Amino acid sequence: MPQLLLELFSEEIPARMQANAARDLERMAREHLAAAGFLPEALKTFAGPRRLTLVVEGLPIAQADRKEELKGPRVGAPPQAMEGFLRKAGLTQDQLVERDGVWMAFIEKTGRATPEIIAEMVEAIVRGFAWPKSMTWGSGKLRWVRPLKRILCVFDREIVPLTIDGIASGDISEGHRFMGDAQPFRVRDFDAYAKGLNDHFVVLDVEERKARILEGCKTLCFARNLELVEDLGLLEEVAGLAEWPTPVLGDMDPSFLDLPAEAIRTSMRTHQKYFAVRDPATGGLAPHFITIANIAAADGGKVIAAGNAKVLSARLSDARFFWDEDRKAGNFEEWLEKLNGVTFHAKLGTMAQRVKRIEALAREIAPLVGADPDKAAQAARLAKADLASLMVGEFPELQGLMGGYYAREAGLDDDIADAIRDHYKPQGPADAVPTAPLSVAVALADKLDTLVGFFEIDEKPTGSKDPYALRRAALGVIRTVLANDVRASVVSDLLFPWHQARISTAMDQLQEELFANLDKVGAAASLHDDLRSMARRNSRDYSSVFRLMGEVELDPSATENDEDIAIAIGGFVSRQSTVLWQSSVVLSRDLLAFFVDRLKVTLKDQGKRHDLVDAVFALGDDDLVRIVARVEALDGFLKTDDGKTLMAGYKRAGNILKAEEKKGWKAEGERSLLDDASVPEVALHDALRLLEAPLDQALAAEDFTAAMQELAGLRGPVDAFLDGVFVNSEVAAERDSRLKTLAAVRDAMGRVADFGLVAG
Amino acid sequence: MSRPKPTSFQSLILTLHNYWSEHGCVILQPHDVEVGAGTLHPATVLRALGPKPWNAAYVQPSRRPGDGRYGENPNRLQHYYQYQVILKPNPPNMQDLYLGSLEAIGLDLRIHDIRFVEDDWENPTVGAWGLGWEVWCDGMEVSQYTYFQQVGGLDVSPVAGELTYGLERLAMYVFGVDNVYDLPFNDSGVSYGDVFLENERQQSEANFHGFDVAVLKQQFEQMEEQVPLMLARSYQGKALVLPAYDMVLKASHLFNLMNARGAIAVAERASYIGRIRDLCKMCASEWVKQQEAA
Repeated sequence: MPQLLLELFSEEIPARMQANAARDLERMAREHLAAAGFLPEALKTFAGPRRLTLVVEGLPIAQADRKEELKGPRVGAPPQAMEGFLRKAGLTQDQLVERDGVWMAFIEKTGRATPEIIAEMVEAIVRGFAWPKSMTWGSGKLRWVRPLKRILCVFDREIVPLTIDGIASGDISEGHRFMGDAQPFRVRDFDAYAKGLNDHFVVLDVEERKARILEGCKTLCFARNLELVEDLGLLEEVAGLAEWPTPVLGDMDPSFLDLPAEAIRTSMRTHQKYFAVRDPATGGLAPHFITIANIAAADGGKVIAAGNAKVLSARLSDARFFWDEDRKAGNFEEWLEKLNGVTFHAKLGTMAQRVKRIEALAREIAPLVGADPDKAAQAARLAKADLASLMVGEFPELQGLMGGYYAREAGLDDDIADAIRDHYKPQGPADAVPTAPLSVAVALADKLDTLVGFFEIDEKPTGSKDPYALRRAALGVIRTVLANDVRASVVSDLLFPWHQARISTAMDQLQEELFANLDKVGAAASLHDDLRSMARRNSRDYSSVFRLMGEVELDPSATENDEDIAIAIGGFVSRQSTVLWQSSVVLSRDLLAFFVDRLKVTLKDQGKRHDLVDAVFALGDDDLVRIVARVEALDGFLKTDDGKTLMAGYKRAGNILKAEEKKGWKAEGERSLLDDASVPEVALHDALRLLEAPLDQALAAEDFTAAMQELAGLRGPVDAFLDGVFVNSEVAAERDSRLKTLAAVRDAMGRVADFGLVAG
Repeated sequence: MSRPKPTSFQSLILTLHNYWSEHGCVILQPHDVEVGAGTLHPATVLRALGPKPWNAAYVQPSRRPGDGRYGENPNRLQHYYQYQVILKPNPPNMQDLYLGSLEAIGLDLRIHDIRFVEDDWENPTVGAWGLGWEVWCDGMEVSQYTYFQQVGGLDVSPVAGELTYGLERLAMYVFGVDNVYDLPFNDSGVSYGDVFLENERQQSEANFHGFDVAVLKQQFEQMEEQVPLMLARSYQGKALVLPAYDMVLKASHLFNLMNARGAIAVAERASYIGRIRDLCKMCASEWVKQQEAA
């Protein structure tokens, strides 16, 4: 069957847009062809530096003829209805047929020729293409990512005639700018097209370009006994920058190797798009690089290698300058000072203010993770300093890492340097979590400050929008907590200290303003002193300080007026602090829900059921480690026969209880067996009694698997009870006793999870 | 049209002049007001706007007061030259014309690696942006290539294509020189340093320490006041947009000088740039009005 070949040939398309462009072209073509009723055998798209290509195999030469049935008005319907229908269908009444009391129209549509449909499709695609940024050129009005030069459009070996904004379709393509004869060539099908491109030094398929680059790099490395530092992101980018990618190895002055390897690699990568190479003997960087040229040069790449080496040398000289300047003594203090002038977020203050919050938080978290609070605070204080360094100014992606280097150079302890280096971790699902106690403390403090801060100013992620990467931050907290077995209540251990620090800062500011106002009204100096010393003594508990301020005994020489001021201040400040604490409670609840949500996603990725998180979370626990342990035990338990059967029993019991509770029954008073209780009642009663101590023990030891096993002991007695006992006895005492027994089962199970929330 | 390859800074400029002259450009001389980039020459900013075709090429000294290094850095200058080409509407073969100019100055395109790497240009002080590339030769950026989409906040229609060559850097590469001051200025032994080293030293000192910030600020505000007044005057029925635009350029340069002195706080920067942009927009819309009326 016939084939369609479309090439949209333009000036250089930005590398980062090519993959999406190929996907969009494919999507649009599929939609158009499907809407025209086509079902092609195959459809493929390609994107490269100067072209988007579409090839569709197995299209018919025309649409099939179609019969359409249109239902008209009922026989005897008002004439207006009939008129309207005829107008819409473009028919007269004698063309209609009556069927089951309804007028029907049968319309035959002749299928249109495929080239017509293709021409419409190409125009719609070109005019409707969603480039991230597009432009016009010359005197035209058409928008494309860069000037569109030519449209090759051939169907069944014939040109599909079309013209878009003055660009007429044809059968001409062209190859490499400089290699070969650099002349356009004609093609009428995909095989000739692919061969033509290859003969004219263009690799059409990006996967092939990538393979060619990798293989070329590895061959160069092999010849010099080097190892390529692989970099998938870079590979993707350079594959979009060259039509005939040709790796060229160049040399670097070995004296640059005393720079941090990351700085060399980043400089190579971001500025120059070079691959780095390693010395296999040492594992360290080797003094060479590989650039991916777009040409197999006539001189074998000598000039290209030398030119690139020169540029790299200038770049690395800059990096050396940054490295030398940044390592000068006293820099850290200077950088910290500079953070006062760096805005973190308009509503969340400066970077220096953020550092203060992280510092306070790290100090509180430290004991939970086995770190020294003073050291954690010190590491946190210095963690962001490198943002003001020259190197990070040039290469933002080296933040943290450079701070670690500079801390070591400044003679700080290794664990502090490591914490500074690792506090951004994990930066994504593939990144490792920090494990050293100091690093864990600072990493958690950093992410928690981001999360609480942005939640507070109501910048929560919505749908696909998460501009501050809060989901990643929450996932980072969860992974770090779980991997390091950090036993903490999310609300009271992790979030509370943040609020405490924030409120104390807010109260500090308020205090300052108040004193400034006191100055304005000319209050007596003694009043200042009293207030100040009280504030100092109780510096952590502002609400009570200021409450006391209201009651402070004033110097007899103070005027009435001053006393009034003091009382007013006290009341005002304590009200302010109460408002802040109230909002912090709401915020903590929202954030906890966000964490639980993220936890569900994490567990789901591990193949666990997320409804189990709800069942466990309903218990009111906010210790992530314990929640996960419960979920895992529950998951295991529900997969056993005992678990499944007990679950079924729980449901039955639950239904009975729910029905009765609706009618007003409540478990009141002690559960006791009646004297004439039946065997199953006695058995379940005993089983529940026997369960108590071991269940307590297992839960106390947080051995949830053991707790589940204890519950498994209820399976037989519960089943026997439900099968052999009529709960709704007419004897009120019997009914009450039996319901209480079932309620006891629900309560016992409810200590492990809310089984009512388990789905299925 | 084979010509001997240039061997000095000045012959490189002459080669480009000849090349673009042969391709229909008006060869202009630099604008006589200090500017931070060749784009700001009225031959680009103003002529890019309006319906009339315009093809021009010129050298423009560019002043970047903050980049002064007292002549001690082999790559950085506070005064350097840009070669500027503006083609409006951009011809369909503009990329080929550009590559031809590289060949004309001696680059053999069969042994060098030429790449067009995405770079979306914008100049917020004149409310201008465009799409295009930085052009790499063997990993070094040798030109900026832009299709202007907006200037002075107005759509550029027809579209003007702009080429900017960093002359010193290009010359250093073509002649294999590592220090800008060692560039041969002519073929008779005069170096770039002979011509400009002392200028770099004195101007650097003036940029960083010499100018009086209060005076600069006062002059900036005077220029700012003068622009609308100048635009309110007219001669033969046309508002004095060309002199007004010169004042915008002066304001822009004064801002750069204040910036180099560290006299502009980070928070103030955006507001200064906005003030210059507003002035530029006034000139741009007046210019377009005159062009469309003509």
